[in-house]
Amino acid sequence: MISRRDFLQVSMAASALTGASGFGNWARLAAQQKLTQDDLLQFDTFGNVSLIHITDIHAQLKPIYFREPEINIGVGDAKGQVPHVTGADFRKMYGINDGSPSAYALTYNDFTALAKEYGKVGGLDRVATVINSIRAERPDALLLDGGDTWHGSYTCYHTEGQDMVNVMNALKPDAMTFHWEFTLGSARVDELVAGLPFAALGQNIFDAEWDEPSENFKSYEMFERGGVKIAVLGQAFPYMPIANPRWMFPEYSFGIREEHMQEMVNEAKAEGAELIVLLSHNGFDVDKKMAGNVEGIDVILSGHTHDALPEPVLVGETIIIASGSNGKFVSRVDLDVRDGRMMGFRHKLIPIFSDVIQPDAEVAKVIDAQRAPHEEAMNEVIGQTEDLLYRRGNFNGSWDDLICDALISEREADIAMSPGVRWGPSILPGQNITREDIWNVTSMSYGEAYRSEMTGEFIHVILEDVADNLFNTDPYYQQGGDMVRIGGMGYKIDINKKQGERISDLTLLKTGEAIDPAKNYVVAGWASVNEGTEGPQIWDVVENHIRKQGTVSVAPNNSVTVVGA
Amino acid sequence: MEFSRRDTLALGLGAAALTVLPIRALAAADDAIAAFTGGADVAEGGVTLTAPEIAENGNTVPISVEAEGAAEIMVLAMGNPTPGVATFKFGELAGAHSASTRIRLAGTQDVVAIAKMADGSFAKASSTVKVTIGGCGG
Repeated sequence: MISRRDFLQVSMAASALTGASGFGNWARLAAQQKLTQDDLLQFDTFGNVSLIHITDIHAQLKPIYFREPEINIGVGDAKGQVPHVTGADFRKMYGINDGSPSAYALTYNDFTALAKEYGKVGGLDRVATVINSIRAERPDALLLDGGDTWHGSYTCYHTEGQDMVNVMNALKPDAMTFHWEFTLGSARVDELVAGLPFAALGQNIFDAEWDEPSENFKSYEMFERGGVKIAVLGQAFPYMPIANPRWMFPEYSFGIREEHMQEMVNEAKAEGAELIVLLSHNGFDVDKKMAGNVEGIDVILSGHTHDALPEPVLVGETIIIASGSNGKFVSRVDLDVRDGRMMGFRHKLIPIFSDVIQPDAEVAKVIDAQRAPHEEAMNEVIGQTEDLLYRRGNFNGSWDDLICDALISEREADIAMSPGVRWGPSILPGQNITREDIWNVTSMSYGEAYRSEMTGEFIHVILEDVADNLFNTDPYYQQGGDMVRIGGMGYKIDINKKQGERISDLTLLKTGEAIDPAKNYVVAGWASVNEGTEGPQIWDVVENHIRKQGTVSVAPNNSVTVVGA
Repeated sequence: MEFSRRDTLALGLGAAALTVLPIRALAAADDAIAAFTGGADVAEGGVTLTAPEIAENGNTVPISVEAEGAAEIMVLAMGNPTPGVATFKFGELAGAHSASTRIRLAGTQDVVAIAKMADGSFAKASSTVKVTIGGCGG
């Protein structure tokens, strides 16, 4: 008799083969100018259950460019493990050819040249086509949205998430979990959630006053698909009140709540669930730890850290799926569930090449309707860029360098700080920068750009604090963002030290002098979590700066020295 | 991130507390433990301490403790200037040997729960709770 583990491993190998040959084919087909929608969607339907996962869309309704990170360092057990593998190492690991469509979709090298060759990615009308194609093969496939959906664009800001709710409703998801949604404020979140025609999930969304599960969000939802009873559990981002402004949703408390997760898994199984799926906004490393600690989860659909992986990662008997961000990918996971347990799986990470996949006309119409009242304002050209503008990377990105330049010049500051978020599309050299582009990398409900004095010592404390959120070796103490971006100041970081000992050699770049712990410096920044922060909105600061420059360029940033990577 | 003077002062004090207080606080905590146990051995396990990994608000951190068969459970915040938080006592007729409360933490530190069992033995559990500035996740 073959054990369940054997089945998983056999399927894993099969999946790897499918994935690898799929990627190889794309390269060859593209070379022949024949990359087609059918190639991208090709999938031999398997088993009796299909899951469709999309996550961290950040309100990107239309096709965009999105460069994946060059620097993504893992610490502790995650060192050298996916998703902390980038560039050539990533291509080697998955057998991806240089210059292939997969290389363009999944790694950062030669990004500008490949972007010109393969075009934009994403667009929820293209995503709709992929979903419809899967549903044509498996009508009762579950569509699961991992959250960070109602945040991140001009239209999303001005409609307080209504644009995304309308478009996602047209895609007909079965369940969703949450993160940035809560920065709309709890009253708006409650209003939108009350009207959702699908399940709003979060086993870790608690009532802050009573420290009990919130009545507005279920821990899990039961589905019956392909004759299988499936429990989909939700896990919202655990550290919302710390990473985002707590005062905007004071009625809610979050946290990892591993014990409660186990209780909910046990409860769902007692109700007859044969398959346990966790729709998670934990971040990849947190999900890996949770998969090892909580018994009985079959599939984790992982979000938050924006990783895109062409194969599932196996922890014990749990498979973890990472589906990227900004509408760039959709994952399809087919499962064979028999005799009350998962016997095998087949998986494909489908890149949404916008020029290859036909837009779905109906959803395209819904998208256009959301954008129509704002098109004129969004399309205004503010300037051009000579250099590639991107965000992803542990320490800096050229978009953030430009934002820090804008803060220093527009707010007359010595030092600028920009939050280490991972959302925001890329702009190619020579492209226009429109108002929409600026909002895509800055829009949020607490975008005020502050200007205040901080001592050198305090700046050091901030860097140490943020560094420990990123490089603490225990994933449960990580918050999933990147290092706060610094303009006007350089520093050295030894990622393997403890909090308080990682950061050294703070240098004020304009004078070349060491930062004096006792001296006050003028610091400009944005996205403060403190209530009552005053200042102009960051998108106006950036727009004014770009308008003055006309054409912007961003010099290579060598101000952070990294040790121990 | 913007920090008011009050926040700055509070953080400054927190940092100072972390660097200066542990010796005094830990000594005080050790004294409290010794007084509670009378110097008896304390086994690991048998006590469940539930606390957040990272505090959402260091001024009011929800924790709960449970130890089947405990007569008393003492809770200590090891890094606070005054480490003693509470000692919960359970009578013979107690239906559940568990308690919840909220505590204030001066900074990142270990929270410790020590249970005195009905047979006079002791058991403990501890958990690190981080108090952070936050603000850059995403």
